[in-house]
Amino acid sequence: MWEYTEKVKDLFLKPRNVGEIENADAVGEVGSIVCGDALKLFLKVDRETGRIIDAKFQTFGCASAIASSSALTEIVRGKTLEEALKVTNKDIAEFLGGLPDEKMHCSVMGREALEAAIANYRGEAVPLHKEGRTVCKCFDVTEEKIRKVAIENHLTTVDEITNFTKAGGGCGECKGDIEEILRDIWSVKLPEKTAKPKKLTNLQKIALIQDIIENEIRPGLQADNGDAELIDVEGDRVIIALRGMCTGCVMSDVTVRGIQEKLRELVSGGITVEAQK
Amino acid sequence: MSNSIYLDNNATTRVAPEVIEAMLPYLRDLYGNPSSMHTFGGQLHRKVEDARAQVASLINANPEEIIFTSCGTEGDNTALMSSVESQPRKKHVITTRVEHPAVLNFCHHLGRKGFRVTYIPVDSQGHLDLDALTKAVDDDTAAVSVMYANNETGVVFPVEGIGEMLRQRGVVFHTDAVQAAGKIPLDVTKLPVDLLTLSGHKIHAPKGVGALYVRKGTRFSPYIIGGHQEKGRRAGTENVASIIGLGKAAELAAKQLRNEAPFLISLRDRLENALLKTCPDVRINGDRTTRLPNTTNLSFEYVEGEAILLRLNEFNVCASSGSACTSGSLEPSHVLRAMGVPFTAVHGSIRFSLSRYNTEEEIDRVIEIMPPVIRELRSLSPFGRDKMSRLP
Repeated sequence: MWEYTEKVKDLFLKPRNVGEIENADAVGEVGSIVCGDALKLFLKVDRETGRIIDAKFQTFGCASAIASSSALTEIVRGKTLEEALKVTNKDIAEFLGGLPDEKMHCSVMGREALEAAIANYRGEAVPLHKEGRTVCKCFDVTEEKIRKVAIENHLTTVDEITNFTKAGGGCGECKGDIEEILRDIWSVKLPEKTAKPKKLTNLQKIALIQDIIENEIRPGLQADNGDAELIDVEGDRVIIALRGMCTGCVMSDVTVRGIQEKLRELVSGGITVEAQK
Repeated sequence: MSNSIYLDNNATTRVAPEVIEAMLPYLRDLYGNPSSMHTFGGQLHRKVEDARAQVASLINANPEEIIFTSCGTEGDNTALMSSVESQPRKKHVITTRVEHPAVLNFCHHLGRKGFRVTYIPVDSQGHLDLDALTKAVDDDTAAVSVMYANNETGVVFPVEGIGEMLRQRGVVFHTDAVQAAGKIPLDVTKLPVDLLTLSGHKIHAPKGVGALYVRKGTRFSPYIIGGHQEKGRRAGTENVASIIGLGKAAELAAKQLRNEAPFLISLRDRLENALLKTCPDVRINGDRTTRLPNTTNLSFEYVEGEAILLRLNEFNVCASSGSACTSGSLEPSHVLRAMGVPFTAVHGSIRFSLSRYNTEEEIDRVIEIMPPVIRELRSLSPFGRDKMSRLP
């Protein structure tokens, strides 16, 4: 069960500002029933002062989606549109006394609905991050949205991006893309990786691989009545043969991967290990 | 929380008072190790064997065909691992798209290890595509694993027919009977399965104990390796008190099975029929005619499952949902998705699963609580039959 704050529970059980505004001056609609949450925000705006005089919502979603929507309406009531545009997803989360990490996307949805409603009021194209490349196909999340949310909330890991945007939370195929986007955003600020080790000659490399297999890998395998032998090295391709109990063992793929890991760590990051069939 | 209305018995069950009584001496005074030479410990060996006979009797097996485990997941993992390890040349495994994660994720794991895995689909009623299963079997197939009854919908698979087909083809057959055991009769003398998984906490024994049935003559390779316990088939000092509890729970289940099923069916149907009448836009997930007696899975359109559960929680009503927000990931129930249940209905799915401890009064209380909960949440939702937002 999620650990919701009292404020979230309160706004979920007794949500404020529920419903539609007839003849609303602005409507913002985000999310979809397919994704599991959707929010429709209605605003009544004083044309002269540009102040939001009423805000209501309808939400399909979990407790935190409903509470976030209700919080959003409470926050923007009485604000001018300019002030409202400065409201961030963090403000919504803070109003609620915090949200569980996995539920941060609910606050992002609130912020998006607000942007959409204000754009609707101003007759602008809805900035629904529909432009640009779709990174996460399961939840229809674009690169632009990932970049924006990452920068605004200082997100540095794929898990954080998933918590805030849902991207990567479905089939997971786009996790590599997300990682690349994050690397691109933060690469300038991250400290340089440790200097590359000096390049080995082919002979040195083969000798090093031989040495590692002999002293670090074979003793472990032999303890399980298995064994491995170095057959050949072609560039970064290392070909080995599994012997003894390793032959035909269901875990042999793991063994090969383990050897690869070791060689990547100690010799060169590009090494691939193949077992001779 | 004694005033809770607990309708989540496919998740876990209340430990039967008789089971607790049976276990207490083994927690308090009889703490010995059954493997010891002295009487203080050694005498417990007999008690463990008595429990083994009780568990065997629930499924009409021989006691020596029962191995005690730590849980259903261990039983499922052991069955699959043992099947592939004892037939090292075979590199194909068949299962279904609606298995419990204990089987499904283990099969994904085998897939990553280079095994070919076939996942058999189900239809909209939750029935298995038996043609696809028959066609998937080949000479390379090491094992087939098909659950006896689905934990989310309660739909029961034709394990007997599948087993007969597989026996003719000489393929090892495992069934995860964690949800079926104690709810419907199981008889391994009639059921052509080689391995069958049971779990304690689904049948009113405590968590942390289960059993794996291994038919005599089935090639077996242990998953947990160490001491000689369980005749070398499952190492680790016996969880004596819980094993005694599992034995008692199995005995109770066997004794009460015939009376309990009609009772559960009457309560379940009472709940289901009332909600179908009082809540518009509700559907039942899974074939109503081939289900476990205690389970119903209902979809309330236009509302989200976590919201329903937390509103029910305010009334101390405990149930489950297949919605994304309750799955621990962002994906909704793989079972309902495999059945082709539309997203609109998956997110609003609620499972009620009953036990012998539920009463008619409790069911009537839920029948009373549910309609306003659904009505209120629908009034919050932008979707609906007569709302402006149309469904995609």
